Amino acid sequence: MISYLEDVILQTVCRILIPFIQVYGLYVIAHGHHSPGGGFQGGVILGASFILLCVAYDINEAKRRMTEKVDTVFCSLGLIIYSGIGLICLVLGGSYLNYSRLGQVLPVNPVDARSIGILGIEIGVGITVMAVMISIFLDLASRGEHEEGLE
Amino acid sequence: MKLLALFAVCATGVLLIYGTVDMPDWGDPHSPASVHVSPRYIEKAMEETAVPNIVTAVLADYRGYDTLGETVVIFTAAMACILLMRRRRK
Repeated sequence: MISYLEDVILQTVCRILIPFIQVYGLYVIAHGHHSPGGGFQGGVILGASFILLCVAYDINEAKRRMTEKVDTVFCSLGLIIYSGIGLICLVLGGSYLNYSRLGQVLPVNPVDARSIGILGIEIGVGITVMAVMISIFLDLASRGEHEEGLE
Repeated sequence: MKLLALFAVCATGVLLIYGTVDMPDWGDPHSPASVHVSPRYIEKAMEETAVPNIVTAVLADYRGYDTLGETVVIFTAAMACILLMRRRRK
């Protein structure tokens, strides 16, 4: 119904560029506690790479890479990781989100356990932000249909 | 009515600008925000969390509840968008 312009240059450039954007997004998440960055920023970069795929190709192409079911599961998964780490700390005898208690189950001292806990919740935040960006973009761009190209 | 609205807007603006007169200077090292918890974070963040990036240490550790709430806000935004806009395929 909606005709979209197949642009060879645009599609080729995006196909080359998107893996690098995604690796950079993963770097921003994983390196968030040593350099500027973190879950929110890295998640947005990962989500933007999918949005670029939607813009350069169409929504069906993006949905082949990540279906809306997987996307919605990812929305919750990040939050579950975040609150799950908090609950693990609670079970291990600390207060909620007191990561130093993770040192009891991980082979590190309590100070390094805090660093690992921070990395864990950054990953959770990144997953949620990425999935939410994709979900909102798909809903807004296709009037909730998720079927045609961009309108 | 429009004049009344204009008056209300101007009065609020004047009050807000008047409120900024009492604010500490920008970047003042002796302002209350800079003498209370900031030095504590700057001195202890590295040895308490082993994270060189103090911003991340404050966001994810000292203020972990806050970041959890932010994530919940984003999650809620997605759920609201899905509930309002997504339509089932016929």
